[in-house]
Amino acid sequence: MSSTPRRDSVRNRRLLERAFVALCLLAVLLPLGLLALLIGRVLVDAGGRLSWGFLTSYPSRRAAQAGILPGLVGSLYLTGLTATIALPLGVGAAVYLEEYGRRGRLAHLIEINIANLAGVPSIIYGLLGLELFVRTVGMERSLLAGACTMALLILPIVIMASREALRTVPDTLRESAFALGGSHWQVVRQVVLPLAFPGILTGSILAVSRAIGEAAPLIVVGALTYIAFLPRGINSPFTVLPIQIFNWVSRPQEAFMVNAAAGIVVLLLTLLLLNGLAIYLRNRMQKRRYW
Amino acid sequence: MKPGPATLPRTGLIREWIIERALLGSGMIAVVTTVAIVVVLALETVAFFREVSLGQFLGDTQWTPLFADKHFGIWPLLGGTLLTSAIAIAVALPFGLLAAIYLSEFAAEGVRKALKPMLELLAGVPTIVYGYFAVVVVTPMLQRVIGGLAGFNALGPGIVMGVMIIPMISSLSEDALHAVPMSVKEGAHALGATRLATLLRVTIPSAFSGITASVVLAVSRAIGETMIVAIAAGQQPRFTLDPRVPIETMTAYIVQISMGDTPTGTLEYRTIFVVGSTLFLMTFAMNIISQRLARRFRKGTA
Amino acid sequence: MQYMIRAALLLAALARCTRSQEPGQGSGATPAVIAIDGSSTVFPITEAVAEEFQKQHGARVTIGVSGSGGGFKKFCKAETAISDASRPIKASELALCKENHVDFIELPVAYDGIAVVVHRDAGWVDQMTVAELRRLWAPEAQGKIARWSQVRTGWPDKEIHLFGPGVDSGTYDYFTEAVVGREHSSRGDYTSSEDDNVLVQGIATDPLALGFFGFAYYVENKTRLKIVPIADGAPDSAAVTPTFQTVANGTYRPLSRPLFIYVSRKAADRTEVQQFVAFYLDAGRKLVKEVGYIPLPDRGYALVQHRFSRRVTGSLFGSGARVGVTIEELLAREQ
Repeated sequence: MSSTPRRDSVRNRRLLERAFVALCLLAVLLPLGLLALLIGRVLVDAGGRLSWGFLTSYPSRRAAQAGILPGLVGSLYLTGLTATIALPLGVGAAVYLEEYGRRGRLAHLIEINIANLAGVPSIIYGLLGLELFVRTVGMERSLLAGACTMALLILPIVIMASREALRTVPDTLRESAFALGGSHWQVVRQVVLPLAFPGILTGSILAVSRAIGEAAPLIVVGALTYIAFLPRGINSPFTVLPIQIFNWVSRPQEAFMVNAAAGIVVLLLTLLLLNGLAIYLRNRMQKRRYW
Repeated sequence: MKPGPATLPRTGLIREWIIERALLGSGMIAVVTTVAIVVVLALETVAFFREVSLGQFLGDTQWTPLFADKHFGIWPLLGGTLLTSAIAIAVALPFGLLAAIYLSEFAAEGVRKALKPMLELLAGVPTIVYGYFAVVVVTPMLQRVIGGLAGFNALGPGIVMGVMIIPMISSLSEDALHAVPMSVKEGAHALGATRLATLLRVTIPSAFSGITASVVLAVSRAIGETMIVAIAAGQQPRFTLDPRVPIETMTAYIVQISMGDTPTGTLEYRTIFVVGSTLFLMTFAMNIISQRLARRFRKGTA
Repeated sequence: MQYMIRAALLLAALARCTRSQEPGQGSGATPAVIAIDGSSTVFPITEAVAEEFQKQHGARVTIGVSGSGGGFKKFCKAETAISDASRPIKASELALCKENHVDFIELPVAYDGIAVVVHRDAGWVDQMTVAELRRLWAPEAQGKIARWSQVRTGWPDKEIHLFGPGVDSGTYDYFTEAVVGREHSSRGDYTSSEDDNVLVQGIATDPLALGFFGFAYYVENKTRLKIVPIADGAPDSAAVTPTFQTVANGTYRPLSRPLFIYVSRKAADRTEVQQFVAFYLDAGRKLVKEVGYIPLPDRGYALVQHRFSRRVTGSLFGSGARVGVTIEELLAREQ
């Protein structure tokens, strides 16, 4: 510190610092404000278009009559199927990495692959799904092909979230279970998994909610944009909510923009519900911890 | 759970072995997926290069693979991707970094706990919603300011993408800044530095590799983004630095051709895979670089 | 654990089921799917027909927009039951169909004029000649003709942003044949899309844009676009604006053309397909008009219906786009 601090320079420095902090705060608030603007604009545009009729109608060339039913049902159906495939595989992999393989070479290989797969653009998964599931295996453009593709996409997320959940179970519990004579699988299945369940559930819901918002890989795999019926089985052609919105956004007429906005509101509400559910469940279950 | 001897009967051992192998199998799916992606991309790319030379691919500045006058230069698509990504980073970097600084250095704990998840929300919004925003709000707004701005351009989607990836930079940079040991910061204060000076001269340089890791990761995300650019950037492959005209990114090209559901074995079909390979290699390289930087950072602050 | 094994077996069983499905047909009792794909130009008609049809019958219809060429590729591999086309089937496609033993019934359903369109505020464009269009769109123009002033002296020295259908589009084939003189031959450096909505969107928001697509898309977006009258270059013919009349009586030259649906012979044996085609040719007439295209005269539709009921296969056109086919000629060939 200089021996004669000049009041001016100190004051200037303080002012500069305060200006800087204000700037930084602005940097936080501005994007949030933009997000609020975005949501607000969508709500305003959707306006009166949201109705029970909108949710239960099929797409139509007349914007006022067009509805989102096939997209909504398709999304629900696809998400359910995706979860059925991805969750057992993902939790199984997480269990292996955390409980069995801990420092093995195979485990390390799997870990590296998961880290890389998490960063692969979603459209690449679409290309994989197209060549492998749609063409080579022969599933054609069906719900099954879409579900397999999406399952691969969210698998890294499920694995990472499940691993986090498994890590929260203290080793002392595992060790006591082993001491009581349990086999490896008995310990995992009867002690670790039930305790890690809330975290696994939350993570799974979040992974699945990521899948709901995806459109690009499904476009490549072949979800159709004109579908005026509901899927009748896993081999059925299908469409999903984001792709229906994409179709409407591409149409130049104003009225379809309104439909797109309404579709977006439905999508966001679905996501909100899912995430809310995840948070609620996690809070509920955490209350039952004993340590 | 029934207590019993640690040694199991033979059937029990076999069961344990099967279960472990099954779980390992689930894990190996990750490895198989990576292999599958590489194989699928490579097969079609090799087939492509049997018809088109690598020199054409890397040397030509026109991309018209389907027209009478065929050109197979990747540069228009690559340029489109890089242009939109550059605009995105130009937006995300200042905002993300300043936000990270605020959250890590200046915000009260309660404020930080509230604001951080709110910023994460930006990353959770589906990209189709951002695409809508780009077309309905951002581009018209820009058109009022910039005369002659085309409806399809690189600027609108670039800015929107930038907003979307702000959390990637802000969260990871904030972690990096937070991880700089207090002792270092306190040492700087002891030497008479103001908070601002400490920040600029000590904290940020210490966290530099962590911050760079976050930026590289964000760039990788921007490069791989599809829906926003597919809706708002256009479908005209052209090699330009002008953000006001229609262009086409690599991802948008793949979507465009896929919507026509091209039959296997045609040159058209192979072009989407060769473009996909380029995309994959770029994002893969960036992810590796980001991981290395992050590891170097963690070692540095240990 | 047991769950995982069961799930895996279930998946394997399901995967095996998927391949033995015949495309376009349902499994057992569920109503069948009529798979349609092809031209984006014809899409609005087919979409309107399918929508009304599905309200009255239980059938399910899917419609893709891969372009006339894309649609034929699938049609000739028996992947679709009906193909929308804004041009007649080509020789190469005929060969592909023959190779795969796909016989088809060619049904003209409407008449269309290709509209050349610019931004609403492009005041300098009053009309264009075919020669100017050729200079603008020929393959030689790629990378060279990039400004309005290069098309006609006196026009602004600004960039021209081009929009047009992609190579799989029948509109593209027809336009290139009519304007450039050679099918499938044009410059490649423009915004190309098989989805005409993208083109409308692009042109409507870009003051420097010029593009072309099916007339119905112009009618639908009239207030946002400006149509360009075309002079075909004949000695004493003025530029003609496409309208219902000028397309119907053939004075909008050379960009008037018939639109088709192609029904596979095998699909024609299915009841739901028969009902759909009958509906198309009957109730479809007013839908054609509603959408913005020009319906054939009533006796034209009668002849087409007759064609279908007699299951007459093969194309009326030999091969390829034929420029300047009028409705009268079409019907004459029918006789």
